[in-house]
Amino acid sequence: MSAFDLPDRPRRRPVWEEEPSPALLLGKGTVLTLVVLAVLFPMWSVLVTSLASRETIDAVGGMVVIPREFDISAYVTIFSGGQVTRAVAVSLFVTVVGTAVSLVLTVLAAYGLSRPGTLFHRPLLFYFLITFLIYPGLVPSYLVVTGVGLKNSLWALILPTAVSVFNLVVVRSFFMGIPKELFDSARIDGASEWGILTRIVLPLSKAVVAVVGLFYAVGYWNAYFNAVLYIDDVDLWPIQLVLQSYILAGQSPNVTGAAVSLPGITAYPPTLAVKMAVVIVTVIPALIIYPFVQRHFTKGVIVGAVKG
Amino acid sequence: MSTAPIVKDTLARPATPKLAEARRRPLLVRLRRDWPFLAMTAPAALLLLVFHYLPTIGNVMAFQDYNPFEGKNAFEAFVNSEWIGIGNFLTLFEDPAFWEAFRNTLAITLFQLVFFFPLPIFLAILLNSVISPKLRSFVQSVVYLPHFFSWVLVITFFVQMLGGAGLLAQEMRAHGLEPWNIMSNPDTFIVLVTAEAVWKDVGWGSIVFLAALSAIDPTLYEAAAVDGSGRWRRLWHVTLPGLRPVILLLLILRLGDALSVGFEQYLLQREAVGRGAAEVLDTYVYFQAILPQQWGLGAAAGLFKAVVGLILILSANKLAHAMGEQGVYSKS
Repeated sequence: MSAFDLPDRPRRRPVWEEEPSPALLLGKGTVLTLVVLAVLFPMWSVLVTSLASRETIDAVGGMVVIPREFDISAYVTIFSGGQVTRAVAVSLFVTVVGTAVSLVLTVLAAYGLSRPGTLFHRPLLFYFLITFLIYPGLVPSYLVVTGVGLKNSLWALILPTAVSVFNLVVVRSFFMGIPKELFDSARIDGASEWGILTRIVLPLSKAVVAVVGLFYAVGYWNAYFNAVLYIDDVDLWPIQLVLQSYILAGQSPNVTGAAVSLPGITAYPPTLAVKMAVVIVTVIPALIIYPFVQRHFTKGVIVGAVKG
Repeated sequence: MSTAPIVKDTLARPATPKLAEARRRPLLVRLRRDWPFLAMTAPAALLLLVFHYLPTIGNVMAFQDYNPFEGKNAFEAFVNSEWIGIGNFLTLFEDPAFWEAFRNTLAITLFQLVFFFPLPIFLAILLNSVISPKLRSFVQSVVYLPHFFSWVLVITFFVQMLGGAGLLAQEMRAHGLEPWNIMSNPDTFIVLVTAEAVWKDVGWGSIVFLAALSAIDPTLYEAAAVDGSGRWRRLWHVTLPGLRPVILLLLILRLGDALSVGFEQYLLQREAVGRGAAEVLDTYVYFQAILPQQWGLGAAAGLFKAVVGLILILSANKLAHAMGEQGVYSKS
């Protein structure tokens, strides 16, 4: 797998390369610092504000940058039951179940399509790949999803997006790179295709399955528009919809027509710290899984980009 | 079932004549041999059938006066609805709001082609020039991260930093300045959405270019340096030609997608800046068709967009072939 990862460049500058001028070094350093700060600073400020007391927030007049205390009351508020707690549970359910369903379907289909020469191999491959070119419109999709009875069901957030052909191609490319001799010897030993997949292919493919799993999990956790379309029941709202109603309410469309008056916890508008705590809760799952799979990204993205 | 034919077939694969012979085996024999592969592919194929192919075929409702009350469910209603030819398209093309959405979409695509598309290339070249692997992977980890945030989160961060009640406005007020609210200004909306898109995806977009950079033969640089070319000449004559196929590939993909500029981003900000600036084709379908239940009209708009998109990507791919590049789908 390391063939696809970026090779670490030699730590020393090659002899033929000239030393960079101080101005160039300064320029590069400045740009890189600004890029990193542009990503980290907003997250830092949101985190600090979510942990600030009401007095601090009032004193600075809004968003806090310099931490003065560690006040977790905002988190206690949102996790003591009510809308946010419920939404986190809904999103966790959709993410866990959805990712499991997606991974099973994707790995099975990727293996099923990984052997050129099998029956219907090329027509089936074509059947999958053509979806890259032709995409169904919003209206027919909406009518199909509601038509099969998924309105106000969490499965509406899972089934329509359960198979990503892009991810499928990534996994399939990886499977096809596994040395043929492994399959041959397994078959001579009498293994079934199912046995080969579970006992030989999957143990070799942990990295690619992890990356694709992350892609799916992030997709499910971030599900927003499908929820706007298909979930009218406020109790089934995922976290993104709740975040939107907390922060951007009044700025964005309201499908149910009832949601502006923040359902659930409070009769008065949530405090800034509570709002920011909801933002942090929405960010955290990505932050937790991210370090474990990050080093495999290059591979996943390139295989998809080159062979897709 | 016996595994012998499979083994034989697998072993025989490199010799093509034998493969062709294997293909001529009766269907039943091949079915008996290959059914596990078919069974494994079936569930995913079934989901695509229902949630991709069925709606794609359903697009023909653009030629109907679709009425959901013509049957017990969407499918019966579809069968029973009246065919009205191109009526929906006439209505659509007479609607000034549709053309406004069309113009906005194209303007945003062009603007982002100029001000977004080159940025990941710059970032990749910059990152590639960083010698310390530790520093480089730290910066990479940071800039990839926002790609995994939802649009709701990205816009939340922008609102909290740059919005009317955000950090910037708050600091400006504290220093006696008139705060300036970019989040709800229709005139600068195109800059705002581009900035958001850059913040979210510039790092992620650089991965493909980083990989292409690492595939450039280092001896090319060495030879160029020996021949006396400096840093910038090497960038122009070695690095950029090395990136050319990837740049063209991504340009084609972007062109094929010219009519989709993203959806949630605009949906979430449409109310803040108004319809005049933020209505794009996708939001047009949502607000003019799904909410008011004008199904035929929305299907017509969707079909128009899909057909134009297909034509765009096919012609862009032709263009790439004409320029001697691989394009999107040259083999397999």
